[in-house]
Amino acid sequence: MIRLHDVWKEYPRSGMALSGVTFEVKKGEFVFLTGPSGSGKSTILKFLYMDDKPTKGKVWVNGVSSETARGREISKLRRRIGIVFQDFRLLEDRTAEANVRFALEVTGAPKTSIRAKVSRVLTQVGLASKATSYPRELSGGEQQRVAIARALINDPFVLIADEPTGNLDERATRGVFQLLRDVNAAGTAIVMATHDLDLVRRSPYRTIELNHGRLVFDSSDASHQRPPPGMEGVEVPDDQLPEGRVSS
Amino acid sequence: MLAAREALTASRRAPLLSVLSVVTIAFSLFAFGLFGLAAINIKRALEQVEERVEVRGFIAQGTDIESVAAAIKDIGEFPEVARVNFVNEEQALVRARTEMGEFADVFESGVLPASIEVNLRSGMRTPDNVKSVAERMRTYRFIDDVRYGEEWVEKLYRLRNIATVAGIALGLAFAAVAVIIIGATIRMAVLARAEEISIMRLVGATDMFIRLPFLVDGLVKGTIGGLLALLFIWLAHRTVNEYFLRTVFFDRELIFLGILGGAVIGVMGSLVSVGRHLRGI
Repeated sequence: MIRLHDVWKEYPRSGMALSGVTFEVKKGEFVFLTGPSGSGKSTILKFLYMDDKPTKGKVWVNGVSSETARGREISKLRRRIGIVFQDFRLLEDRTAEANVRFALEVTGAPKTSIRAKVSRVLTQVGLASKATSYPRELSGGEQQRVAIARALINDPFVLIADEPTGNLDERATRGVFQLLRDVNAAGTAIVMATHDLDLVRRSPYRTIELNHGRLVFDSSDASHQRPPPGMEGVEVPDDQLPEGRVSS
Repeated sequence: MLAAREALTASRRAPLLSVLSVVTIAFSLFAFGLFGLAAINIKRALEQVEERVEVRGFIAQGTDIESVAAAIKDIGEFPEVARVNFVNEEQALVRARTEMGEFADVFESGVLPASIEVNLRSGMRTPDNVKSVAERMRTYRFIDDVRYGEEWVEKLYRLRNIATVAGIALGLAFAAVAVIIIGATIRMAVLARAEEISIMRLVGATDMFIRLPFLVDGLVKGTIGGLLALLFIWLAHRTVNEYFLRTVFFDRELIFLGILGGAVIGVMGSLVSVGRHLRGI
């Protein structure tokens, strides 16, 4: 479904952002992408929704190749991908319902189906009662739920989340994360970049760790399994994998 | 349909910016249009002066009327010539007395010679053409002298050339300034909606779909700006007519072209601004 093969990215000013990254994400999988700031997490996510292209190597997303994808094909792909950001990216002058509806309207969805779909996703994220609220009237957690509802409106095969809990308090983080788990349980793959190591440790999902643009750990790949910095020489019981392998 | 609605919604959300855009477009086109109107009036005035360029051949006394008639027919067939008139001695005297006003009495009957007056076709009144016609008229044995105000014709021709070059250069400069100002105004409108554009892209709207509301917006603002500019120019024209001098206004074709120009600038400005923005994100 998603495949990165020997992907490199070099920016003219800031230099090498990714060096030879290879991994796959299977249908319905939940994957954490972790690593310190500047390790290349966001660059990989941009590759997934084709907002940027590798300098070398290839990225395939649902059959679309980074080498050949152009305007309309990328637009069509994005309609099958949900994207969520740390800063929510909601339109402040539109209600929650209008923000979600916007994603359908601008992609030319049939008018007759819009109302029902919007109502369904707002119920799914637990915000049916706040459909007419503006973003400023909602808490951070609620705003992120609206953003998730917008991301889910087109029934995506994967939801890409870039630090979705980065701006939220612990309680809201738990709520949003539970929502993402529910979405995943319903069959949508999730690729989530995060700094929240507690969240990663507490979850049974696959973890990919990046450092200085290199993939240094992948919990699903035996060849990449190694203790994180500071954990060398410490015995880690098999049943605790993938916990405790994320560098801070 | 959605594009029109989005354009309208955007204008409603930021009414001040929309008004500013329309006014900026209107004033830019007003400056350009006012210059255009001045250029048209100057051109017209010069044409009127040019129409008075004539070559006059004075006929020797005692020339028989048949020879003069043959010469008039001959001269009338020169390709540069629009009209040939014969002015007899009495007509010359009447005309001179009318032109001299209070000094009318200085002329006595029989003092002024008869003449052939030649007017040239529009576009053929260059100093070379005028001189060439005069030379050919001189070849008639009974024509004593030929006058055409050599210096005056050359000055007029030079003035017309300068006015044409200056008009084109200033017109282009005005048009360029108008396009730059309008482009910057539209770019401001695009930047004000940058967040919206980035979300549209993320959820899979095509570039054309993103551009469309801006094109509609540019079209509407450009047309309204063009109409407003036309109104301002008309008011300026009326004021000048009332207090200073009689001028002409744009004809129907130019009015239509002006409004169309506003609309085209609006659409092109939007197209360029959104295109640049889409490439930049």
